[in-house]
Amino acid sequence: MKYLYLVWSNLKRKKVRTILTLLSIMVAFLLFGYLAAIKQGFSQGIEVAGADRLIVRHKISIIQLLPEAYESRIEQIEGIEDAVHQTWFGGVYQKPANFFAQMPVKPEEFLEMYPEYLLSDEQKQAWLSTRSGAIAGRGIADRFGWKVGDRIPINATIWQREGGEMTWEFDLVGIYDGAEKGTDTSQFLFRYDFFDESRQNGKGLIGWYSVRISDPDQAAEVALKIDQEFANSPAETKAEPEGAFVQGFANQIGNIGFIMMSIVAAVFFTILLVAGNTMAYAVRERTNELAVLKAIGFTDRGVLGLVLGESFLLTFLGGGIGLGLAWMLVSMGDPTNGALPVFFFPTRALIIGIVLIGLMALAAGILPALQAQRLQIADALRR
Amino acid sequence: MAGPFNWLSQIASITKFNLQTLPQRMGSSAAAIFGIAGVVAVMVGVLSIAQGIQRTMENSASSENVIVLRSGADTEMMSGLGGDDTKIISEAPGLARNENGAVSSPELFVIINLPMRSTGTDANVPLRGISRTAMDVREKFEIVEGRLFEWGLNEVIVGVGAKIEFSGLEIGSTITVAQEEWPVVGIFETGGGLAETEIWVDGAVLQPVYRRGNSYQAVYARLESEDAFQEFKDALTSDPRLNVKPMREADYYESQSAMLYKLITGLGTLIAIIMGCGAVFGALNTMYTAVSSRGREIATLRALGFHSSPVVISVLLESLLLALIGGLVGAGLAWWAFDGFRATTLNWSSFSQVAFAFDVSPLLLTRGIIFAMIIGLIGGLFPAVRAARQPVSSALREL
Repeated sequence: MKYLYLVWSNLKRKKVRTILTLLSIMVAFLLFGYLAAIKQGFSQGIEVAGADRLIVRHKISIIQLLPEAYESRIEQIEGIEDAVHQTWFGGVYQKPANFFAQMPVKPEEFLEMYPEYLLSDEQKQAWLSTRSGAIAGRGIADRFGWKVGDRIPINATIWQREGGEMTWEFDLVGIYDGAEKGTDTSQFLFRYDFFDESRQNGKGLIGWYSVRISDPDQAAEVALKIDQEFANSPAETKAEPEGAFVQGFANQIGNIGFIMMSIVAAVFFTILLVAGNTMAYAVRERTNELAVLKAIGFTDRGVLGLVLGESFLLTFLGGGIGLGLAWMLVSMGDPTNGALPVFFFPTRALIIGIVLIGLMALAAGILPALQAQRLQIADALRR
Repeated sequence: MAGPFNWLSQIASITKFNLQTLPQRMGSSAAAIFGIAGVVAVMVGVLSIAQGIQRTMENSASSENVIVLRSGADTEMMSGLGGDDTKIISEAPGLARNENGAVSSPELFVIINLPMRSTGTDANVPLRGISRTAMDVREKFEIVEGRLFEWGLNEVIVGVGAKIEFSGLEIGSTITVAQEEWPVVGIFETGGGLAETEIWVDGAVLQPVYRRGNSYQAVYARLESEDAFQEFKDALTSDPRLNVKPMREADYYESQSAMLYKLITGLGTLIAIIMGCGAVFGALNTMYTAVSSRGREIATLRALGFHSSPVVISVLLESLLLALIGGLVGAGLAWWAFDGFRATTLNWSSFSQVAFAFDVSPLLLTRGIIFAMIIGLIGGLFPAVRAARQPVSSALREL
C-alpha cells in the first residue's frame, strides 16, 4: 500500500488523459449496466416463474378462449393442487400508448396462486367487499400516480359492457408489492365476478389457467394429463410449465433483444480497446522514468506491480463509477415508458461487471507491465 | 502582412504537416477511428431495425386503400363486424368497382401457434380468412410458388416471410387448425409488407371453424381515388345502421407500428448517445496526445510568425478527418452487416409476429456520418484551443 501514492502520482502526471481514460471506461460500464437491465426487462419473468406452476391455454393460440368450467375438471386431475384463471382485458387507459396488463381474476384464489404478489390484509378485505374493486402493482400505480380510493376508467377494446358501453370504471382498493425484484408490478387486476356479469359477450369464457402442481418434477406428466383430458373437445388445451411459457413468449420478441445485445457487446469491447490502448501508451511514454526507478533499486517485480496497479486503479475507479451511474440511471426509471414490465439492475450484472473490470485492467495493463519488468536499465536510459 | 490568402496557406501548411506525421501516431489515431466506427455502426444498426419495421408497415399500405373496423377497436384482432355491416360498407360511395362489384373484402383475422425456425418455440402467426375480392384490393398480390387455394376447400397459402420464419409451411406440408389438417398449396408475395408474415385461407372456411357465423373482423377496400376517402368516411360514420371506424391504410399501419418504432428508436438513440460520449473521450485523448507530442513543433511555428487560428483549424481538420474515416468505416460496416438482415418480432398491437428486414437507408448512413463528425468536432476542439493557447516560450522549453 505504500506504493499507492506513487501509482496515484503517476496517474496525476497527465491529468487530462487520466480523466478522459477514466471517463471512457466509465461510459463502457455504464452502457453495460444499463443494457443488462434492459435485457433483464425483455426476458423478465423467466427467472421468477414458479417451478410448481403450469400455464394452460387454448391449443390453437392464447387468444382463443377456454370455458370457465374447465377449472373444476383440471382440479380433479391427479397431482394438481389448484387452478385459477385469467383473461386478457386489453383496455386503454387515457391513451393507447399507456400499455399495461389488465386482467379479471378471482381475488382470493389468485393471491393464493401468486404469493409473490403482496397485498395487505386490509386491502384484500376491501377488494373482497367491493365488486368494482381493483388492485394495481406498485410500478403501475407510481407510473400514473394512482392512490387507493381513485376511480380508474378504462376503455375496453375487446370487452363491451352490456348495452354496448365501452368504458369500465374500477375503484382502486389496493396496491400490491412484489416479493422479489423481478416480480411484475405493472398489472392491474379486477374481479372476475364483476367482469363476467357486466360483459356483453363471451360470458363463461376465460383466457388461460394457472395451475399449481404438487410435484414440480412431474410437470411434464401432469401437463400431458391436462391436455389428454380435453383432447378432441371443441377447445383443446396446451399445458406447459410457466417458465417455458414465459420463455416462449420472450422468444417471440426474442431475436431483436439478442441482436441488440450482440451489437452492443461489440462496441463495449471497442471502447475498452480504445481505453486500453491509451493506458498502454501512457506507460510506454514513461520508459525512462521506469528505468530510473529500477536504477534506484526497485525490483523487476516491483515495477511490474506498479504498472499493473496503475491499470487496476484506473479501471476499477472508472468501471466502478460507470456501474454506479448505471444503477442510478436504472433506478430513475424505464426509458421505454412502460413497455418493459420490470426494469431493475440485476445483481448478476453487477458481478459480471466487476469480473469484466478485473479482466480489462489485466488485459490493458499486462503488456506494458511485462515490458516494464523486462526493461534493461542501460538500454532504457539511453533512449 | 496578413490577408486571407496568407491565412489559408498557413492552415494548409500546418494541416499538411500534421497529416504527414499521422503515421507516427498510428496507434492512437487508429484507436480513435475504431471507436468512432463502432459507435456509428451500432447506432445505424439499431436504428435500421426501427426503420425496417416502419418500411414493412409502409409497404403494407396503399394510398387508395382503406380499412374499416368496429369503432373503439384499435386493431383487427379486437374488431368485429356483422355480415350485414360488411354489405352496407361495400355499398358505400367512393369505393372502386369492377366486374365483381365493389372492391371490398370482408376478412377474418385470428392467430395460430406455429414453431419458429430459430428457436423451435411457439409463435403467434396471423391467419387471415379472405374473400374473393381480397386480391383486387391488394394489387401487388402474387403467387410465387404453387397455386391459390380452391375456394371452399380447407387449403391455405402462406406469405413468403412466414414461410422463412416458421417451420412447417412449405408447399405440401399441413397446418393443424381445430383438429383438421389444412394443406399448404401456395406461397405468395404482396410487395413486402405485413401480409407476407400471414397465412391466408378462404374466409368462408374459417368462419365455421372459429364459430363466427356470418361475422367478420375488418373490411379492406379500394377507393375510386385517394380523394374519395372523406366521402366514404362520411357515408359510413353518418349511417345509423353502422358503428364503425374507417381509416386510411397508411394511418392504420402507422398506429400499429408506432409503439414498436418508438421503443426501438428511443432505446437506440439512448445507447448511441451514451456510446457517443465514450467516443468523444477517446477522440479527445487521441487529439490531446497528438497535440502534446507536437507541442514543440507547434510552438516553433508560432515563433516563426504563424497565427494561432490556423493552428486551431488544422488540429480540428485532423480530428474531423479521423472522425470521417471512422464514420465511413462504421456506416459501411453497418450497411454490410445489417442491410436486408431478416428478423421477426412480436408486434404488440396485433399480438402477432411481424417479419421484416433491417433497412440501412441512405438517410441513416448520413445521420451516422454526421454523428461521427460531431464527435470529431468536440474531440478536436479542446485540444486545438489548448495547442493555440500554450505560451510559446514554455512549449519550446518542454521536453
